[in-house]
Amino acid sequence: MTTLNVPINEGNGNHLDYLHSPKKYKGILNWILSTDHKKIGILYLISMLTFFSVGVFFGFLMRLELISPGKTIMEPQTYNQIFTLHGVIMIFLFIIPGLPAVFGNFFLPIMIGAKDVAFPRLNLFSWWLFITGGLVALISLFLPGGPADTGWTFYIPYSVRTSTNVIPALIGAFILGFSSILTGLNFITTIHRLRAPGMSWFKMPLFVWSLYATGWVQILATPIVGITLLLVAIERWFGVGIFDPSLGGDPILYQHLFWIYSHPAVYIMILPAMGVISEIIPVYARRTIFGYKFIAFSSLAIALFGSLVWAHHMFTVGMSDTAMWIFSLLTFLVAIPSAIKVFNWVSTLYKGSILLEPAMLFALSFIFNFTIGGFTGLMQGALALNIHIHDTSFIVAHFHYVMFGGTGFGIFAALHHWFPKMFGKMYNKKVAKLSWLFLFIGFQLLYFPLFIAGYLGMPRRYYDYLPEFHIWHFISTIGSWILITGLIIMFTNLIIALRKGAKAPANPWGGVTLEWSIQSPPTHENFEVIPVIENEPYDYSHFEEKEEIKN
Amino acid sequence: MNQIAETLASEHIHRDEVGAKIGMWLFLFTELILFGGMFLAYAVYRFSYRDYFALASKELDVFIGLINTLILLTSSLTMAMSITALRRGNKKLSLIFLSSTIIFALLFLVNKYFEWSAKFNHGLFPGSNDLLSLPRGEIIYFGLYYVMTGLHAVHVIIGMIILLFMLFYIKSNKVNQDYYIMLENSGLYWHLVDIIWIFLFPLFYLIH
Repeated sequence: MTTLNVPINEGNGNHLDYLHSPKKYKGILNWILSTDHKKIGILYLISMLTFFSVGVFFGFLMRLELISPGKTIMEPQTYNQIFTLHGVIMIFLFIIPGLPAVFGNFFLPIMIGAKDVAFPRLNLFSWWLFITGGLVALISLFLPGGPADTGWTFYIPYSVRTSTNVIPALIGAFILGFSSILTGLNFITTIHRLRAPGMSWFKMPLFVWSLYATGWVQILATPIVGITLLLVAIERWFGVGIFDPSLGGDPILYQHLFWIYSHPAVYIMILPAMGVISEIIPVYARRTIFGYKFIAFSSLAIALFGSLVWAHHMFTVGMSDTAMWIFSLLTFLVAIPSAIKVFNWVSTLYKGSILLEPAMLFALSFIFNFTIGGFTGLMQGALALNIHIHDTSFIVAHFHYVMFGGTGFGIFAALHHWFPKMFGKMYNKKVAKLSWLFLFIGFQLLYFPLFIAGYLGMPRRYYDYLPEFHIWHFISTIGSWILITGLIIMFTNLIIALRKGAKAPANPWGGVTLEWSIQSPPTHENFEVIPVIENEPYDYSHFEEKEEIKN
Repeated sequence: MNQIAETLASEHIHRDEVGAKIGMWLFLFTELILFGGMFLAYAVYRFSYRDYFALASKELDVFIGLINTLILLTSSLTMAMSITALRRGNKKLSLIFLSSTIIFALLFLVNKYFEWSAKFNHGLFPGSNDLLSLPRGEIIYFGLYYVMTGLHAVHVIIGMIILLFMLFYIKSNKVNQDYYIMLENSGLYWHLVDIIWIFLFPLFYLIH
């Protein structure tokens, strides 16, 4: 926090930027009570990255345990608790709020030419809920019995039987869901009501479209998991019979209700990242996006189809054959809008003038990783193959390719793309590219071997394994070290830039969307005069290279 | 007045009544889906334990349920009348109708209290030996009954708190003839509480 309050020279800007505008409160209160969407975005960024580093630490410990068969550094029970915490933190505290709450908050109003979101106070309230939920979920670390050991899915009946502290995790996730709903509601209303004059639906940047689709999924899917997790908590608390089979309940019903949310939730995670890639590719290819409307509508199509495929997580639990093939078919259908996006991004690059800046490198690796993650997802959608690879480390590799290789790299891309705008500072680009290299190589080494091990029969969530899987686990753990080195280089580089970075110009990358038309960092009001929109969002036909991009 | 406008501007708060309504409707969707999850569970279990559900539902007092239904329906009427009264500039009448809505809500909760305590006296509460000795279908029925009517009662309490705030805001003229969107949105919330009960009542009390 202190680093952000270091005075910046008010060089060419006529107005004070949002970090230095007149304050109602002093010190940290100026941040945690601010209703400015930009400050709330930064608050989310700081809290999210804090939770992320905790999650990475747990992941690192798991990988270390698995470097050789048998016990290495921890007991099996500890291992179970650590993979649960890793999942809960990464899903509910990092990936879900990651892009919408951080970059959506900061850039959605600016990109549509507004001064703030529709409900600024509600926005601040969402952040408070987020922090409360996060702390409630993590409090179990310090309670006797320790954190939950159920996995992040809290499957019945184990989650009502285990003696670990499941309730804090459930209540934490419930509160976080509420926070997510309010953010989605806020964004949808903002997009409907606060677009600048001339900003018709098809002149909105694609990041805004993806946030719009995400907002609907957040609103329509999250309440289901909210109530489901609450029911599990009530079942544990009062012994009410809902899901527990010994009281007549149906554990498979729990799984259905859980995945009715949690599958759409993966689209809450990936859609905004796709939006970020759609922003970045045109900027660094210096040409308009290929197939604007297809990308916009494919976001909505993904949101729609993605809500109807949840049971593909449950092909082995016992369902009717008809239900199985319908869910399998729908799963294959989701691949179509996703592929449309990938084809359009690649077509945008064709005959573009490509600049391999750090953000572009992350964006291109998103496409690479997402393609691998997407295709392996189709393999699991096939009924016969699903039986073979169900609950193996193949699944672990698949969703890490989509979630980390996709959304995670999307977040890093967004961070490098918008960092100069958010903080008014430039980072060292050579170091940023170096960190990308470490992250990319580390990532492939960490997760690709898990595909192979899983295909050969290595079960997921296992503490121990047969000697024949040793080589794959060994490579994977080495990969985790390279990946973490990359993360350390990347964040150190950005933190140094915050303190010592050169002043960033208003438009360091040559973007043409609205956020690049205002000063860096933006003023409290974003726009002194609300702009009138005339051009398409990625219209490069009038663009001239003005500012030399320096290191 | 000028100072208020300045504070609002510095906090980026602007008045957009259509936006406020869109936001409220979106929130109501989430509430419907929240209960929708439970209605789904109800439907699945009713399908698998039809006879036990019919048997267990005879334990409920249809008369109290009916009274509560009438109370909530009337409270929705007074809520709507309170909004109309304020819109026509009759602040006093609006306050009277709003107060009666709150009193109806309280009556509903009092009834609920007696209803639940009667069940408790019969030993029918979650985890009790009497309940656990029943067939599984009936355990599930009472589990759903307590959770769904309980969560509905929580919504009634939240609704009452919101309406109390509105009472205070109307008194202090923060909500008035020209700016009554908050009261309208509170009314929407109250109707939601009402309509969920309209579904709970037949599902638990009437269908045998």
